[in-house]
Amino acid sequence: MKKRLIEDLIMKQIFRLAGVFSVLVLIGIIILLFTNAMRAFKHIPFSSFFNISWNPSAYGEPSYGMLQLLWSSLLVTIGAMAIAIPLGIGAAAYLSEVAPERVRKIVRPIIEILAGIPSVTIGFIGIVLIGPFLARAFDLSNGFNALNGAILLAFMAIPTIASVSEDALKAVPTSFREGSYALGASKWITLRKVVMPAAGSGIIAACILGFGRAIGETMTVLMVTGNATAMPDGFFDPVRTMTATIAIELGEVPFDSPHYYALFVLGFTLFIISLGINLLSEWIASKFRYKVS
Amino acid sequence: MLRNTFVLLIIGLVIFQSCFSGEDKYVAIKVRGSDSEVNLVQALAENFMDQDSLVSVGVTGGGSGAGIAALINGKTDLANSSREITEEELEFARKANVQPYPIVFAQDALAIITHKDNPVDSLSIEEISAIYSGNIENWSNVEGGNNETITLYGRQSSSGTYIYFRENIVKDEYKTSMIGMSGTAQIVDALKTDKNGIGYVSSGYLSENIMKDIKVLKISSDASSTAYFPNKENITSGIYPITRPLLQFTNGKPEGKLLEFILYQFSEEGMKIIEENGFYPADYSTYNKELFQK
Repeated sequence: MKKRLIEDLIMKQIFRLAGVFSVLVLIGIIILLFTNAMRAFKHIPFSSFFNISWNPSAYGEPSYGMLQLLWSSLLVTIGAMAIAIPLGIGAAAYLSEVAPERVRKIVRPIIEILAGIPSVTIGFIGIVLIGPFLARAFDLSNGFNALNGAILLAFMAIPTIASVSEDALKAVPTSFREGSYALGASKWITLRKVVMPAAGSGIIAACILGFGRAIGETMTVLMVTGNATAMPDGFFDPVRTMTATIAIELGEVPFDSPHYYALFVLGFTLFIISLGINLLSEWIASKFRYKVS
Repeated sequence: MLRNTFVLLIIGLVIFQSCFSGEDKYVAIKVRGSDSEVNLVQALAENFMDQDSLVSVGVTGGGSGAGIAALINGKTDLANSSREITEEELEFARKANVQPYPIVFAQDALAIITHKDNPVDSLSIEEISAIYSGNIENWSNVEGGNNETITLYGRQSSSGTYIYFRENIVKDEYKTSMIGMSGTAQIVDALKTDKNGIGYVSSGYLSENIMKDIKVLKISSDASSTAYFPNKENITSGIYPITRPLLQFTNGKPEGKLLEFILYQFSEEGMKIIEENGFYPADYSTYNKELFQK
């Protein structure tokens, strides 16, 4: 056989192995999460996970309610999205439609660097900067609340939203814009009425990915949201998210205890949420892609 | 090219071999657990290592619960704990065939701290319990307090201080709005700015420097008795009401270098380090008698 053909055959197998490996890892994670989570139900009735409060190492009876944790996670993430979506899409629109090439070449990498800042550093900024600022601005006694977490998570989700949205905007054919200009539309009208709708599916997918990024973040929220287990009434209350709970408690639980498996139920729930989010964004991106081309 | 590779290989082998030749003599001790104890045990370990070049003692925190869990899971040689081991943990230890062996090596007091402008000077144990369980929610309900809602600061459930304080002082569930901090330093930092806050920290942590920025309250054992400040005199004489033993657990009775390190903590030098770190040497005569028997 020719050397070229052998080389191709070997490389093909190597790449196949790499592909299969990552799929196997994913399947392994799902099986591990699922089997461990299922073991929790041997000790704890399924319905008790639907109570409000989570207190497995209680003074009295332990309780395993997830609702407060789930609501805390959603509250922080929704708050983060309210800040990150306008800023992220705005940045994408600026980079793709307005900014001169020279500026774009500088700003785009800067936004991407933002994604690379370790979450513990962002949490530190939250403690020393955002927290005291919020306390002063809203006359609170302290800055450990959901809003602080939401602001920081927004910083972390902006790069995802901005860069994926920018790709979507860039993918809109130039002929669309030229057609719009030919009809006498301004740049703003073209962006709003032609480019944005054409890139809509990609932008929505970007926002959903940003949501996924925010809901899974752990260290930052653990550091700044106060981790109180009371049901939050709003953004100025301390919250305790699902991710923070796993991070705080997994180190202390004895292996094979109900508490240990209960944490896997939390982990599995988080996994289902992020899987759902990713599938949703894939679905939206593929469903609406046809309209453009 | 080939020769270079060969030389590198030889060098690699020599380094590899030298790593193993000393293995039988060199001992690494892993210590994990209580955040209240971590600085103290770190200091003890450093001084111990200075005397013995063939041992390395690595000390990490994570909380008492994390330390005991690590001991049960076989991931640490010595677990620092600022609370007793629980029935549940003993059960898991039995299952894992681990025999936790308790050692009391120092004594600690818990201080109750507030913002430095808070007019309240002293609290009774009952008042502290009522504040942390949520029965007292406003500073005006204790003597001299402002009309402000109390912000509760505590630790997270992996902390021995969290459990000790709940089991021995609060004797009830913590109020759910208590803010759970990752460490003592974070509680102190929060109380530098939060005018309505209250927190509990190990007195060993409160150096002169830290006490400038916060207020340490006097504590009385009940409403009718005198309140005392957590200073050395009041803690060692036992009239300050919130003191606790600082514990360590090993798997079975310690031996070899691990025993040497533990005994070092009871040596005169060790006790000096304990005091320098703001804790108090333990009266080992009753609790740890067995360790000193050869």
